[in-house]
Amino acid sequence: MTSNNKFYSIIVGLAVLAYLATALVDNQYYFFAGFAILQLMIMALAWNILGGYVGYVNFGSAAFFGLGAYAAIFVMEYFKADLFTQIITAGCFSAIVGLATGALTLRLRGVYFAIATLALLVVSETLILNWDYVGGAAGAYILPKRNPTVLGLLIVGKENALFGNYKELLFFVLCIFGLVTIVICRLIERSKFGRGLEALRDNEQAAESMGVPTLRLKLIATTISASIMGFTGGVFPYYMTFIDPISAFNLDISVNALAMPLIGGTATWLGPVLGAVVLGTLQQIATVTISSEINLLIVGLFLVGFVIFAPDGFLGLIKKFRNRGD
Amino acid sequence: MTVLEVNKLTKKFGGFTALSDINLEVKPGERLGLIGPNGSGKTTLINCVSGTIRDYQGEVVFNGENLNNLVAHKRARRGISRSFQIPKPFSSMTVKQNLLIPLEYAVTAEQLDGLTIEEHADKIMEDLELKDKSDDLTGGLTQIEMRKLELARAMALKPQLLISDEAMAGLSSSEVDDILKILIALNEATKITIVMIEHIMRAVMSFSERVVCLDAGKVIANSTPNEVIKNPAVEKAYLGE
Ligand SMILES: Nc1ncnc2c1ncn2[C@@H]1O[C@H](COP(=O)(O)OP(=O)(O)OP(=O)(O)O)[C@@H](O)[C@H]1O
Ligand SMILES: [Mg+2]
Repeated sequence: MTSNNKFYSIIVGLAVLAYLATALVDNQYYFFAGFAILQLMIMALAWNILGGYVGYVNFGSAAFFGLGAYAAIFVMEYFKADLFTQIITAGCFSAIVGLATGALTLRLRGVYFAIATLALLVVSETLILNWDYVGGAAGAYILPKRNPTVLGLLIVGKENALFGNYKELLFFVLCIFGLVTIVICRLIERSKFGRGLEALRDNEQAAESMGVPTLRLKLIATTISASIMGFTGGVFPYYMTFIDPISAFNLDISVNALAMPLIGGTATWLGPVLGAVVLGTLQQIATVTISSEINLLIVGLFLVGFVIFAPDGFLGLIKKFRNRGD
Repeated sequence: MTVLEVNKLTKKFGGFTALSDINLEVKPGERLGLIGPNGSGKTTLINCVSGTIRDYQGEVVFNGENLNNLVAHKRARRGISRSFQIPKPFSSMTVKQNLLIPLEYAVTAEQLDGLTIEEHADKIMEDLELKDKSDDLTGGLTQIEMRKLELARAMALKPQLLISDEAMAGLSSSEVDDILKILIALNEATKITIVMIEHIMRAVMSFSERVVCLDAGKVIANSTPNEVIKNPAVEKAYLGE
C-alpha cells in the first residue's frame, strides 16, 4: 500500500471509529474530554498553517475562534439558522476577517503582525461585549432543536436516530472536522503552495526574487487558518449551550493554539496533533485530579522546557531517536 | 534595441543618496561588468532593478515595459534573476529543493522544453559542480558552495537577464575560471544577458564586453574593459586621492 493510501485508510478508519464510539460508549465524560482535546488539536493545526509553515506568529487565534462562535449565534438569532448553517457561516465569517486582517498587516514583518493579531482579539472582544443583540457581556443561551432531521433522517433522538444526544453529535462533527483539517494540512505540505510558504518562511526576499508571490501566499494561508478557527468556534456555543465573550475570546485559546505546535513540532501536521493530544490529555487528567486552574501552568512548563531543550518539539525528538537507531 | 533600460534612477536612504540620476542601457545578449568601490551603490542598483527596492525615483524598463509598478516576483517572472551578495538560501531545504523553487514558480512550460524541473535542477547542479550536495541541507555547505548555490538558484529561474552580485568572492582562482567559463557558455548558448558585479578585476576584465563603474552613486565610466581600466576617474575612485 502506498503511504498515501495508508494515510487515507487511517483517516477513514478513525472516522468510522469515532462514529462507533458515539454508538457504543455510554460514559458522557469521554465525549466531553474528547471534544476539548479535538478543539485544541484543530486550533493548533490551524495556527500552524501560518505560524509553522509561514513563520508568522498569531496571538489572535481566540479572535477568529470567538468571532466564529458569535457569527454562529448571530445567524441563529437572526435567521433561525440550523446547526450546519451556523457552522458554515462561522467558518466563512472568520475567513473574511482573516483575509482583511492579513491584507492590513501582512506587509508588516513578524513582530508587528503578532501585535496586530493581539489587537484584533481585544477589539473583537470589546465589540461583542457591547453588542446586546448577541447577548453582550451577559452572554447567550443556545436551545438545541428537538428531534432535528436532515433529509428525513432523524439526527438526534432517543430511538432510531443517528446520535443519542447532541454532545455525541457535536463530538462526531468535531472529529470529522479534525480529520479534514489534518488532510488539508497534509495537502498543503505536499503542494506547490506549501513549498512556496516554506521558501518565504526561510527568506522572504529571496523567495520573492525567485518568483514566489509572497504576499498572496501569506494571505491565502491566513484565510485558511482563520476559517478553520472560525469553524471550530462555530461548534463551540452549541456544545456549551451557553456562550459569553469571556469564554469565546479567552486568551487561553490563543496561548494553547500556539503552544501545542511549538511543543509538538511545527514542521508537519503531526506536530500539532501530538502536542495537542499529549497536552490535552494531561490537561484533562489534571482537571479531574487537581483542578482546571493548573491547565495553563502545565502548558507553560512544557513550553519553556521544549523551547530550551528541544526546540523542534516532539517531532524533533522522534527524529533524533530514529537517527540514533541507524 | 535594449533589454534593460534604467532612466534617471535615484534612490535615497533617508538623507543619504545611494544612487543619483543613474542612466544605463544593456543590450540583449550583452555581458556587462559592474564595478565600483565598496558602498558605491552596485547592490542598491540591482535591488532597484529586481524590485527588491521599489521606492526609487526614475524608471526601470525591461524589454520596453516599464517595471516600476511590478513587485519583485513579477519582475522575476518577466525574466530578471539576481543572486544575493550575502547568500540567502532557503535553509530548511536541500540544495536541489532550493533550485526547484524558481523552476516551479517562475519558469514556464515552454522554457522547460520537455524536461522535468528535476532534470533542469540536476543539469544546473552538474554545471556548477554541486551534484554531490544535491540532497544536503544548505546549513552544511561551505561558504564557497553557498555562493555557487546562490548562482545556481538564480540560473534555475531561466532568466533573460541574470545579475550576479559578487558570486565569486572567496573562490580560488581555478574556481573563478570555472564559473566564468560556465557563465560565458550560458551567455553564448542561450543569448541571455548577464550583468556581473565583481571586485575580482581579472574576472570582470576577461568576462565583460563592456564595463560600467559606479562611484558614490554615480556612473563615472562606461566603455570597454581596457578603456575603463585606464580611465583616471576610475583609478581615483579605487585608489583615493
Ligand atoms: N537599506 C539601507 N539603508 C540605509 N543605507 C543603505 C541601505 N542599503 C545600502 N545603503 C547604503 O547605500 C550605499 C550603497 O550601498 P551598496 O550596498 O549598494 O554598495 P555596493 O556598491 O554594493 O558595495 P559593496 O561593494 O560593499 O557591496 C552604502 O553607503 C550603504 O551603506
Ligand atoms: Mg554590494
